[in-house]
Amino acid sequence: MRFLLRRLIHAIFLLLGVSILTFLFTSLAPGDYFGEMRLNPHIAPETVTALRAQYQLNRPLPVRYWRWVKSVVHGDLGFSFSYNSPVGPLIWVRARNTLLLTVTATLLTWGLALPLGVWSAERLGRLPDTVISWAMAGLLVVPDLLIALGLLLFAARSGWFPTGGLASVGFESLSPLDKLRDLALHMILPVVVLVLTALPLVVRHVRAAMAGVLDAPFLRAARGHGIRRYRLLYRYALPAAANPLISLFGFSIGALLSSSLLVEVIMSWPGMGPLLVEAILARDLYVVIGGVLLSTLFLVAGNFGADLLLYWADPRIRTEPEAK
Amino acid sequence: MRCTRMPSLIQVEHLVKRYSGRRVPGSREVMSALNDVSFSLAPGRTLALVGESGSGKSTLALCLAGLERPTSGRIWFGGRDIVALDEKELRTVRPQIQLVFQDPVSSLNPRFTALEILREPLIVQRSGGRRETSESALAMLESVGLSREMASRGVGEFSGGQRQRLAIARALSLAPKLVILDEALSALDCSVQAQIANLLLELQSSFALTYLFITHDLAMAAHLGDEIAVMDRGRVVEQGVPEKILHTPEQEATRRLVAAIPGSNVTPRLPRAL
Amino acid sequence: MSILEVRNLSVRYFSHTGVASSAIMDVSFDVRPGEILGMLGESGSGKSTLAASLLRLLPANGKIQQGSILFEGRDVLQAELRELEIIRGKRIALINQEPSAALHPTMRIGDQVGEVLAAHEYLGKRARRERIQQALSAVFPAETERISFSYPHQLSGGQRQRVLIAQAIACGPSLVVADEPTASLDPTTQREVLSVFQGLRQKFGLAIILITHNPLLLAGLADRVLILYAGRVAEIGPTESVLSTPMHPYTRALLRCLPPLPCSADEVNRKTMLPVISGDAPNSALLPQGCRFEPRCPDRFEACGKREPAAVSPNNGHTVCCFKFGG
Repeated sequence: MRFLLRRLIHAIFLLLGVSILTFLFTSLAPGDYFGEMRLNPHIAPETVTALRAQYQLNRPLPVRYWRWVKSVVHGDLGFSFSYNSPVGPLIWVRARNTLLLTVTATLLTWGLALPLGVWSAERLGRLPDTVISWAMAGLLVVPDLLIALGLLLFAARSGWFPTGGLASVGFESLSPLDKLRDLALHMILPVVVLVLTALPLVVRHVRAAMAGVLDAPFLRAARGHGIRRYRLLYRYALPAAANPLISLFGFSIGALLSSSLLVEVIMSWPGMGPLLVEAILARDLYVVIGGVLLSTLFLVAGNFGADLLLYWADPRIRTEPEAK
Repeated sequence: MRCTRMPSLIQVEHLVKRYSGRRVPGSREVMSALNDVSFSLAPGRTLALVGESGSGKSTLALCLAGLERPTSGRIWFGGRDIVALDEKELRTVRPQIQLVFQDPVSSLNPRFTALEILREPLIVQRSGGRRETSESALAMLESVGLSREMASRGVGEFSGGQRQRLAIARALSLAPKLVILDEALSALDCSVQAQIANLLLELQSSFALTYLFITHDLAMAAHLGDEIAVMDRGRVVEQGVPEKILHTPEQEATRRLVAAIPGSNVTPRLPRAL
Repeated sequence: MSILEVRNLSVRYFSHTGVASSAIMDVSFDVRPGEILGMLGESGSGKSTLAASLLRLLPANGKIQQGSILFEGRDVLQAELRELEIIRGKRIALINQEPSAALHPTMRIGDQVGEVLAAHEYLGKRARRERIQQALSAVFPAETERISFSYPHQLSGGQRQRVLIAQAIACGPSLVVADEPTASLDPTTQREVLSVFQGLRQKFGLAIILITHNPLLLAGLADRVLILYAGRVAEIGPTESVLSTPMHPYTRALLRCLPPLPCSADEVNRKTMLPVISGDAPNSALLPQGCRFEPRCPDRFEACGKREPAAVSPNNGHTVCCFKFGG
C-alpha cells in the first residue's frame, strides 16, 4: 500500500516538473507567436506590443507560470493563438481521434503478440521460431516512415482504402452504419502501420520472457502432474513470465498519445500529432504545453497502472515471505 | 560453559544480532537473530555447531567472519575485540578467519579457472607477484588432493566434491588460523562427504588449523568435532563432548536433534561395523 | 503381482556435439502394491533419469534406447500422449527435487493442488474444494486453511515439500516417485517428511519409490532397497538385508563411509579417517568395458574388467550383480 502511495506522489511531482520544463523550453526558444507579425511591415510595432501585453507574454516567466498553474487548477488550460479558441476543447477532440487509433492498435498488437510470442517460445530454436524472429527483425529494421508511405502508395494505387484523413466528404449525410464503415476504412491503414511498428518489440519481449520460464522446474513439475499443454502455457507459464510484460504494457499505455505522431502527420489523421507539430512551429505556447502535459499524464498513468497491475499480479511484492 | 586450560583462539561473549525492519525484497533467506551467544574455541581443535534451520548458525558464521556486524557483544580474536574494529583494521584480521560455504555451485564463479580462483585472494591481499601467487596457488591445489593439470580447467567442469576441495583450498590460501565451515559437506554425496572429511582432518594437522564446523548432521559433527555446541533460537543451549551430547542430552533442543539422526530409528542402530 | 515392472531399461543422453553418454543401462526391478522401494544412488548414478523415464519426462536430449515399463499392465513406453497424460499425476505421481523451485511462484497453494485435480477429474466447485482440503490435510493436519491460502514464498522448505506431496496424492495415484524429497531439509523436518510418507502408505496403501543418496534415510522406512551405481543396478533386496549384510562391494564401501556414532558414552573414537571409496564418481560419457565399479573396487579380479556381471540371487529376494557371487 505504501508502495503505491509513494508512486502516486512521484507521479504528481513528475507532472509538475514536466510543466515547468516545458514552460522553460518553449520560452528559451527565440521568439514567440507574434514574432512572425513583427516581420510584416504592414503591422505597426505598437500593435504587436499591445497584442503581446494582451496575452501577457511580456510578463516574467515565473509569473506566467504561476498564473498558468492557477488557471489549470480551475480547469482552464489556456488559449490557443492560432485557433483563437480555448486549448481544452481543442486538445480534447484531437486526443479522442488519436486514442481511437492507438487504443485499437495497442489492443491488436498485444492480441497478436502474446500468442505469437508464446508459440515462438515453445518452439524455440526451431523453424517456426526462426521464421518469426526474422520477420520481426525485418519489421523492426524498416523505418515507420517507409511503412506508412508504402501503404499510402498502395492505397492510392489500388483505390481500396482512402489515402488519409478521418472521414470522407459528405460524412454527415451517411447513415450510422455507413458512418461506422467509413471510419473503419479510414482507420485501417494507420492502425496497420502502428501495429506493424509496435509488434516486433512486444513479440520479442513475450518470447524472451516465456523462454525463460518454460525451462523452470515448476513447469516441469506441472507437466509431471499431467497438466495439459494449453493450460501449462497460459495458466502457468505466462503468469510467471508476466512481470516484465506488465511493465512493457504500462509503457504501451503511456505511449497512447505520443506513439502515433508520425503516422498521423503522414496520413493526415486529425489527432494530437499534427496539432502539436503545428503548434510548435507557430509557437502556440499553451497548446504545446497542454499537449505535452496530457501526454505526460498518460505516461505517468501508464506507469502507475503497470505498478498497480504488478502489485495485484505478483503476490511476492505485496506479502511478507517465510512465516515459519 | 566449560573452562579450558588452553588459551582460546577465539572467544565469543554475549553476541547479539538483531535484524530490523524490512528485508530486501526478493531475497530468499530470512536471517535469524542471535540472542546472547557465548563460547570459546581452543586452537587446533574443532567445535561442531549444530542446530535446526533458523537457530542462527549461519548468522553466527557471518558475524565471526566479519561479514555481518553484530548488534552487541564481543568477539575476542588475537587479543582484540573484532566487533569494535573499523573497516581498515578489520581488513588485517580477515585473512585469519576464512569461510567455506555449503553450496559449491554458487560460491565459486563458474567462469573462472581453478588457478584464477586460488590466486584471487592472494592478489587482493597483495601477497606477491604473478609467479609467486601462481606457485602458491598450485601448491594449494595439490594439498587438497587435486592435480596441477586441473588448474587451467574452468570451475564449471568440476564435480561437487572437487569444487568443495577448491573452496577449501581458496580458504586456506591466506594461511588462516580459523576456518569456518558453514554446512560445507551438506550438499555432497555420502561417499564424497567422507573424502572431504578426511581431507579436513589431514589439513587440520598439516596446517595447525582450528575449525568451526557448522552442520545439522549430528553424526558428522560427532565424528569431526572435539566438542559439540547446540544452538536453538539464537542461543547456545548445550555444549559438551560428542559422547555426552549423544548419549545424555540435557536440553530439549538437543534431544530433538539426537532423535532425528537418520538411522537411529532402527535397532540395532545403523551404520554398523562391516 | 507387481504394480510396476521395469525390464532392461536403457537411456542415453546426446550432447549437441553428438557424444552419447549412457545414463542408465539394462535396469530391471519390480514394485509391489503398497511397498516402499528405496532407490539409493549418488551423483551420476542415473537415479533422476530413471525417475523421469518412468513418466517419459526426459529432457529433449534424452532417448530411451530399449526396455519396457509396465505399469498396472500397460506399457508406458508405448502409450499414446493422451494416455500418458492420464497416467502422469493421476496414476503415477512424480515429486521432483528442489521443493522451492517446483511450485509456481504466484499461485496460491490451494489453487496449485486444485490444478492437479482439474487436469484429471471433472469436479464441481464444492467437490473440488473438498478434495483439495483432503489432500492438504493428509500432509498438514493442522492449519490446512492457512496453508491453502498462502503463496509458496510464505512457507518454509519443509512445508513446501509437504505441499508437493499433497499435489502428488491429490488424484489418488497408486505409485508415488519421490526424488530426493529431503535434500535441503534439516534432520527434524526430514524425519517429519519421511513419516508423512509412511503415513500415506499406511492410510492409502500407496506404493512409493523413494530416491535418495543417503542410505540411513531408508532404514526403518523402505521395505526393499535398490542400489544404483553408474546407471546399473548393483544390488536389490530387503532393506534390512542390504543395509546390514550388503553383498556388492560398492554397497559395502558406501556404508563404511558413513561417520560412526559412538555406541556408548565412554567410547571415544572421533576424528579417525573414514574408509573412503577411492577414485571419483563415474563419468557417464566414458564408461569402462566390464563392471562399472571395477576401477574403484577393492575386491576386483580379472574377470571384472572384461564383461558386465549378470544378476544372481544368493539369498532369497536379495539380488546382486557381482562376479564374487557368480554371474
